Amino acid sequence: MTQAVRQLQVGRVGELVPRVDAPPKVKGEFAYASDLVVPGMLWGHTLRSPWSHARIVSIDISEAVSMPGVHAVLTHDDVPGQKTYGLEFPDQPVLAIDRVLYYGEPVALVAAEHPEQARRAADRIRVEYEPLEPVADMERALDSPDLHPEKPTRGHGYREDDRANVVRHLVIRHGDPDAEGDVSVSGYYEVGSQDQAFLGPESGLAVPDGEGGVDIYVATQWLHVDRAQVAPCLDLPLEQVRIHLAGVGGAFGGREDLSMQIHGALLALHTSRPVKIVYDREESFTGHVHRHPARMWCEHRARRDGKLVNVRFRILLDGGAYASSSTAVASNAASFALGPYESPNALIESTAVYTNNPPCGAMRGFGAVQTCFAAEAQMDRLAAALGIDPVELRLLNALKPGDVLPTGQAITGSMPVAECIRAAAALAPPAPEPLPRDVIRLPGGAGNTTNGDGVRRGVGFAVGFKNIAYSEGFDDYCAARVRLSPDAWAEVHCAAAEVGQGVTGVILQVARTELGIDDVRLAPGQTATVESAGSASASRMTWMAAGAVRDACRAALEEQARRPGEEVDVERIYRHPRTTPLDPETGQITGERAHVAFATCAMKVVTEVDVDLGLTRVVWIGAAQDVGRAVNPQQVEGQIEGGTAQGLGLALMEEIQTRDGLITNASFTDYLIPTALDMPPVESVLIEDPEPDAPYGVKGVGEPPTVVSSAAIASALRDATGRELTRIPVRPDDICL
Amino acid sequence: MDVLTPTTLVEALRLKAEHPDAWAIQGGTDLMVALNFDRARPERVLNLNEVRELRGFTRQNGSLRLASGLTYAEIEHGELRDELPALAEASRTVGSPQIRNRGTIGGNLGTASPAGDAIPPLAVERAEVECASVRGTRRVPVTDFITGVKRNALEQDELITAVWLSPSRAPQTFMKIGPRNAMVIAVVSLAVAADDELRACFGSAAPRPVLVTAPRDEASSFPERVAEAAAPIDDVRGSERYRRHALRVLTERALKRVLA
Ligand SMILES: Cc1cc2nc3c(=O)[nH]c(=O)nc-3n(C[C@H](O)[C@H](O)[C@H](O)COP(=O)(O)OP(=O)(O)OC[C@H]3O[C@@H](n4cnc5c(N)ncnc54)[C@H](O)[C@@H]3O)c2cc1C
Repeated sequence: MTQAVRQLQVGRVGELVPRVDAPPKVKGEFAYASDLVVPGMLWGHTLRSPWSHARIVSIDISEAVSMPGVHAVLTHDDVPGQKTYGLEFPDQPVLAIDRVLYYGEPVALVAAEHPEQARRAADRIRVEYEPLEPVADMERALDSPDLHPEKPTRGHGYREDDRANVVRHLVIRHGDPDAEGDVSVSGYYEVGSQDQAFLGPESGLAVPDGEGGVDIYVATQWLHVDRAQVAPCLDLPLEQVRIHLAGVGGAFGGREDLSMQIHGALLALHTSRPVKIVYDREESFTGHVHRHPARMWCEHRARRDGKLVNVRFRILLDGGAYASSSTAVASNAASFALGPYESPNALIESTAVYTNNPPCGAMRGFGAVQTCFAAEAQMDRLAAALGIDPVELRLLNALKPGDVLPTGQAITGSMPVAECIRAAAALAPPAPEPLPRDVIRLPGGAGNTTNGDGVRRGVGFAVGFKNIAYSEGFDDYCAARVRLSPDAWAEVHCAAAEVGQGVTGVILQVARTELGIDDVRLAPGQTATVESAGSASASRMTWMAAGAVRDACRAALEEQARRPGEEVDVERIYRHPRTTPLDPETGQITGERAHVAFATCAMKVVTEVDVDLGLTRVVWIGAAQDVGRAVNPQQVEGQIEGGTAQGLGLALMEEIQTRDGLITNASFTDYLIPTALDMPPVESVLIEDPEPDAPYGVKGVGEPPTVVSSAAIASALRDATGRELTRIPVRPDDICL
Repeated sequence: MDVLTPTTLVEALRLKAEHPDAWAIQGGTDLMVALNFDRARPERVLNLNEVRELRGFTRQNGSLRLASGLTYAEIEHGELRDELPALAEASRTVGSPQIRNRGTIGGNLGTASPAGDAIPPLAVERAEVECASVRGTRRVPVTDFITGVKRNALEQDELITAVWLSPSRAPQTFMKIGPRNAMVIAVVSLAVAADDELRACFGSAAPRPVLVTAPRDEASSFPERVAEAAAPIDDVRGSERYRRHALRVLTERALKRVLA
């Protein structure tokens, strides 16, 4: 009896725990950042640049200030502290000074009683622009006028490169880069710019504390890095800026960079009133960084038996107007360019450039998505050229522990690539559904475009991998604090951002497991009560939070043993094994490792394609993912499905379109994301091969399915159509014209 | 913003005559989007949702009168489905269930978008739009009613009150292409009907709808004729070349369905 009751209440590591936030989200009761309200609150609005490149001749706010309901109109003159900020390099003005470098760049701010009044006043701010020729093509960037002659990323240990508009240029030389094989296949590939398209647009509320400081309630991915960027711009010490996590409606990397945080705080401090800012969907397209569009030139050389001899890869990434995390994305793209395969020789060159296109930065998969698409297309080509089964070719080259990556890093941890490939290949797709069928089960779906005419079936396969957590010497840590009561309850403080991935549940599972009690709560995430948790990104949060919470719980138990009957309160900081930078000239490791650990996902996809109209239906997806250890299997499957859907969007429909740097489809009418009819059922196999360096053997699970699914779907489309399909998203034109 | 809510048609027409600047609202699935996106700030909105004469449909001497407030959901699920199969198929492709519950044919004609999905199936049935004002009532063929991209033949004081047609009972179908399998604005769409003659009308392939006709025995050249009647453009949703190509393919497939 007691046994049964306890089983209902527990939720320990490895058990299936339903998400507490699921019912309120489904019922529309969950409070997102956009739902925040406090009495006396004003509404902020951001005036943005209509140009992708222009000089600002003058800004006249006189008319706007006198509009009804307006409390403040601010420009860069009103930024009291540092005028620029940035996630890694402070190259981005809080509000434009003298020039704008991208469409939608913030120029001025308004606070008013009503959002409509704020918008109307913003319309009356007179900004005189002198439009300049935009650098709109990434390939021409190197020969165009330098948008950042001050070179913000120089002096950070990267390769010296004097060419115009280089954010980072990286070369990885491995073995003999000229080594020849028996066969060689070459290709050129392109990936379009994807938007995170989180459903909850950027929003937050800034509340002045009456003593010069400010509390910012915001949907973000990393509270402490927000604080570190906000405080200097406000000219405040860190303690006077308190960031609180508000309900996040999806993130996917798009909330790593700041959006409204400084703007809201400026307005709040200026007006001494709480100020709320909520972007609408159109503004959201300019309010965060996107996935880098990429162009890639590849050559794979192999022996007749299929063993890779040499892989040559040139990657060009459009970073847009500011640096954001482009340096790390460029490096990741290079690090994972080969896919999870061993090659004794390689030459990989990766360049991220500045342009006047929308700024790009972190998005789920972080550089590995782009190269996986190219590398897996190459593996299919190689298999065809050699007459080897594509799955066999991948197995033959699969990385395993002990192998060496092109950076010289030997794999010391878990690397079950072959297991993933075998498991995914063994999944049996359903037999083709007979005709006639309801049109919604055919390509074109509800559009009623075929009864089966022109429809061909195709099967594709791909494998992708990427790193877990931050790399290249970054001091990556996570803090947790545990208050443990003698009355068998505990309160955990951890600033890990719950962005919908479920880290809240992970933290509670770990605490219950370690403390052996059920009554554990998680305090609201904020900067004031606990040290940094690091970013909810890079598939790192489960690993890092689990490590920190585990350590804090164990410390709390020890402390309690020393002081029986007393409440104890301890904080611990967890660090994963240290990484070191890559050599700027050779791209080789300078210590034991540049990346901490890796996770792989292999995917088999069945599609049906209407080859006459270029319309598609993904019928079924089978995935086998290397998850280390599933803390909560249901949640892991959720990540695999969601991550796959995001990659499906990139493969088939999601692209930010631009003309001269101006976004031409900034709405959900024209930027399409998959619907329930587009997303097939996913059959997932979890490969549990514990990571020796991680708490409980966990690995991150959020990104690998996104890395691989675009590539796997493209592979299936090629099988169905016989076309090369070297660009994603694949357009109907690419299939039928 | 004032909201005027008449409960009878007479009152609605009087209000429209008094306030020609008032924007009619039925389902609001276009109008509310315009308001939310800050694209329109009408001083007055004329809410037609309480006008009973504008709901549902009626029959008169073999003709059907579809009131302007007829929703896609009503067409898709009700008895009209058998009489106007192409319109029913078109209704099923519109937006999501929520949009189909609210969106109306009157609103579709009011918006007059080249992508309006109700328009091609109404055109192949040679439907006429009933425009009413305090001055009286007139009927305009659908293809003349739409005068350009988001422009129609309505006078300032007029409302769309209904669509008239005599069901041809001809085999007919509607098809719509979008880059995803539901919830799309047409990249290109097509309605085809076949009785003594072949009739086709497309969406998203010309500024205004064109009724393309041919004798029944000219089926083999009909796809080309339809593609040539179109004047598609390149835009964010699709290319001119693709639209013309797709029209050919769709017409061939539609003929297969309706001549079977
Ligand atoms: C998410 C979404 C998806 C959509 N998908 C589609 C789609 O797939 N296909 C498609 O065709 N459309 C689509 N639409 C657009 C819209 O739903 C349709 O055009 C619908 O038919 C509009 O009808 P309504 O009653 O909602 O119009 P309203 O918004 O009420 O009105 C639309 C316009 O018509 C005018 N108007 C309305 N009634 C009258 C009247 N009686 N007399 C004179 N003028 C009038 C209004 O003033 C306004 O200008 C979509 C919209 C949304 C928001």
